[in-house]
Amino acid sequence: MNVLIPGAHRYVGERTPRKEDARLLTGRGQFVDDIRLPGMLHCAFARSPVARGRITAIDTAAALEIPGVHGIYTQADFADVPIKVMNFFFGPIEAPVTILADGRVSCVGDPVAMVIAESRALAEDAASLIEIAVDEEDPVITLADARAGPPVHPGKDNNISQEMGEEIGEELQAILDGAAHKVTRSFRHQRIAQSPMETRGCVATCDGAEEMTIWIGCQSPHLVARWVSLAFELPETAIRVFAKDVGGGFGLKNFPWKEEIAVIAGARLFGRPLKWIEDRFESLTASSHAREQEATLTIAFDEAGKIVAGYCDYSSNNGAWPMGEDCNVAVHMFMWPAYKMPVYGFITRGWYSNTMGLGGYRGPWAMESLIRERVLDDAAREIGIDPIEIRRKNLVYKPDQPHTTTFGIEVDDISPGECLEKLLENFDVVAFRKEQAEARKHGRYLGLGIATYVEPTAAAGQMAPMTGELATVRIEPTGKVTATLGTHSQGHGTATTMAQVIAERLGVPYEDVTVFEGDSALGGFGPGAAGSRQAVIAGGASWTASEMLAEKVKKIAAHLYNANPEAITISGGIVHIEGAPEMSRSLKDIAEIAYGEPARLPEGLPPGLEAQYRYQPPPFTFTSAAHACVVEIDADTGFVKILRWLSSEDCGTVINPGVVEGQIAGGLAQGIGQVLLEDMPYDARGNPLAATFKDYLMPTISDIPDFEYIHANTPSKTTGGMRGVGEGGAIIGPPTLVNAIVDALEPFGDIEINLPFTPAKILDVIEGRDVSGSGH
Amino acid sequence: MSEHRIELTVNGRRHQALVDARTSLGEFLRDGLGYTGTHLACEHGVCGACTVMVDGRAMRSCLMLAVQADGGEITTVEGLAEPDGTLHPVQQAMRDNFGLQCGFCTPGVVITLAALTADGARPGTEEMEAAMSGHICRCTGYQGIRRAIRQLAGANQGEAA
Repeated sequence: MNVLIPGAHRYVGERTPRKEDARLLTGRGQFVDDIRLPGMLHCAFARSPVARGRITAIDTAAALEIPGVHGIYTQADFADVPIKVMNFFFGPIEAPVTILADGRVSCVGDPVAMVIAESRALAEDAASLIEIAVDEEDPVITLADARAGPPVHPGKDNNISQEMGEEIGEELQAILDGAAHKVTRSFRHQRIAQSPMETRGCVATCDGAEEMTIWIGCQSPHLVARWVSLAFELPETAIRVFAKDVGGGFGLKNFPWKEEIAVIAGARLFGRPLKWIEDRFESLTASSHAREQEATLTIAFDEAGKIVAGYCDYSSNNGAWPMGEDCNVAVHMFMWPAYKMPVYGFITRGWYSNTMGLGGYRGPWAMESLIRERVLDDAAREIGIDPIEIRRKNLVYKPDQPHTTTFGIEVDDISPGECLEKLLENFDVVAFRKEQAEARKHGRYLGLGIATYVEPTAAAGQMAPMTGELATVRIEPTGKVTATLGTHSQGHGTATTMAQVIAERLGVPYEDVTVFEGDSALGGFGPGAAGSRQAVIAGGASWTASEMLAEKVKKIAAHLYNANPEAITISGGIVHIEGAPEMSRSLKDIAEIAYGEPARLPEGLPPGLEAQYRYQPPPFTFTSAAHACVVEIDADTGFVKILRWLSSEDCGTVINPGVVEGQIAGGLAQGIGQVLLEDMPYDARGNPLAATFKDYLMPTISDIPDFEYIHANTPSKTTGGMRGVGEGGAIIGPPTLVNAIVDALEPFGDIEINLPFTPAKILDVIEGRDVSGSGH
Repeated sequence: MSEHRIELTVNGRRHQALVDARTSLGEFLRDGLGYTGTHLACEHGVCGACTVMVDGRAMRSCLMLAVQADGGEITTVEGLAEPDGTLHPVQQAMRDNFGLQCGFCTPGVVITLAALTADGARPGTEEMEAAMSGHICRCTGYQGIRRAIRQLAGANQGEAA
């Protein structure tokens, strides 16, 4: 055998085609609605038609008369099911969450009864016949209502679900008032429906006394298994959770909520496999929502435009049954790591209301970038300097590090300033300003928006679910490589990126590596897709496990062929011995010996070829970016067209540029949707007003420009050097676009930052009138 | 509820079945015949995920009843690749360009583009992008879909030259 020793193939960094695509492009994926089990019945929910009140009667008689309807459960039926509903952090929910409404309804869409029937259609027929009588009360809908209105949850003193920080003190007020410049702006971010293309869904079957198998649209089968085991007080070892393909999660599917819990509890009670697939109406109006925040931010500056101090008052409308009752303190924690902010104070509150509860959504603290980057632009205008200049004066550049924020977060390898400089190398601002001035003469209104930020990614070791990741990598007796991981892809492509890492570090062809995930029985605990973490942490685990396995192969080969382990390399799936090309062997040859002839192995070396490693990264790994976009606003229609968008980001080692750019683009599209289109409004009686995709406007191909990427990557301190990139686009998208729109509207005046910027709101500014009804 | 006997061809295979009048074509393909590659995502005709070809035309299978497809020839996403597994040019273009992430909207996207490019038709990028405005993708920001369209248009031009 005469094999040339090729250089080790660098798969990390390659735009490698995705492993997932072959099945997903040919209709062979396995989503939760594709699961059908013998004896499986279908569920549908009867929901509250009103926002608030006491249930006086639930009449199920007519529904039960339909042939094929097998049962209807209300909370009374679940009363004896021991259930402890928790938040994402496995902590308690204070407002006691029951599976179905317990005597009261607290929002339109609150699930009241669950029908079990032979088909989804029959279940829906029956649900529509259930009569829910409610002694209706005036609901609390807006944040203003929540502050002034009666408690949503009887027995509570007020509607504050959580509060942190404090009202501004005299000392800070004096600093703000005494500064050369003080800029204060108020913001309202509308309510968002996460809207994954695959709605929520669950199939649950009770196999024996304690054993349960669950298929669920989720972001980590491991996290669901742990959550269900704790919530239902069942041994985790008896619960197996599958989620091979999931059609988008975005934070909504972090852990099971009322309906999924009802299906799991119902399968235990009823003794038949149950399936529930949410329809789009439910997904829009009764899946947990996101955002709906108000904030007022003041930043004070010295004469030259350096930040002196800041204060922020933030509130979020958490709805009746938020999946996290928190006050989003992360908004304040992550507002300033990229900037030199000497003194910062805040008060932050979450509020209950009679609306659907909030759940997770990509970049949950993203409001911080929107309000900070907008106030910086306004301040620059007031001080009379360029928006780029005000950032240069205040951003943390490499020489400024290590830098400790007001929150005590030390950053020592962020690069927001460097990302901004790299962005500006690729965008000629002077030329744009000329073009903008010229265009205005001809009634064309162009605007440039720039924003910078850092994003804490791959959090680990400080919150119960945010752990390290386990990788088990095995060379099978056939010489092919399999890995089992706790990663989960709802589009993230982890089976691809992890295979790239493994192929490179082990020295095998990418085609020979298969990654198995999506099953709580594979790999070990990890929260999956949550907090931009999988490439960093699972990447690091795969990296080390593969290198450990390569070492074992080298030890065996050295022993078998009487060579120095240092002289052995693995590439292309072939084990080479330096200076002895005729001795090259395939991994299959080595594997057959490792499994089948353990007597030939070095003494003390266990048989088989596998390695397992759990990687614990640093507590945070920061990703930095600066973005720019150019818009043109049609002064006749108020329509915003995005002409150009540049992303300059530092996400460390890029495993696969196609995957990284896909994450950035997807987040940006969601950000664009938030600024221009998406809105889940409520009327005064608490009725959600966007019930279809004709009312809830999702961004389409014509709304999204081509994105240009500048990879300004400096490896992080993690194994492999990756930084997370899952949420960044959704965080920096809104401020970049808002700043561009405000810039374009400058000849006409200020626009109230009350998203979304519909054409009507933009025309208000252009035509100098107030038809918004908000009385600004 | 009335039941109807229908006969139709799906991906070249003949099927007959009794269906409820109210059953949508999409539901019937998935639950009745097991073609689960067709995905129902909004069930009100906006998102395009459920698009299948009916007699060569791209149709929303959530807005069409199974009984209306009686006698029809249906192509679903399972029916596009060659028997030997070679991807259809549209599928290959999507793969080459990272045109999908979660893959839930993908079957409809692929079918619409396949219908536009069927039988040697040579649509330009504008025509294909206009057709894509009837599809919602929550993951990709349409970047890879747009690149796939350009690749397909380029390939078409190449053939024409």
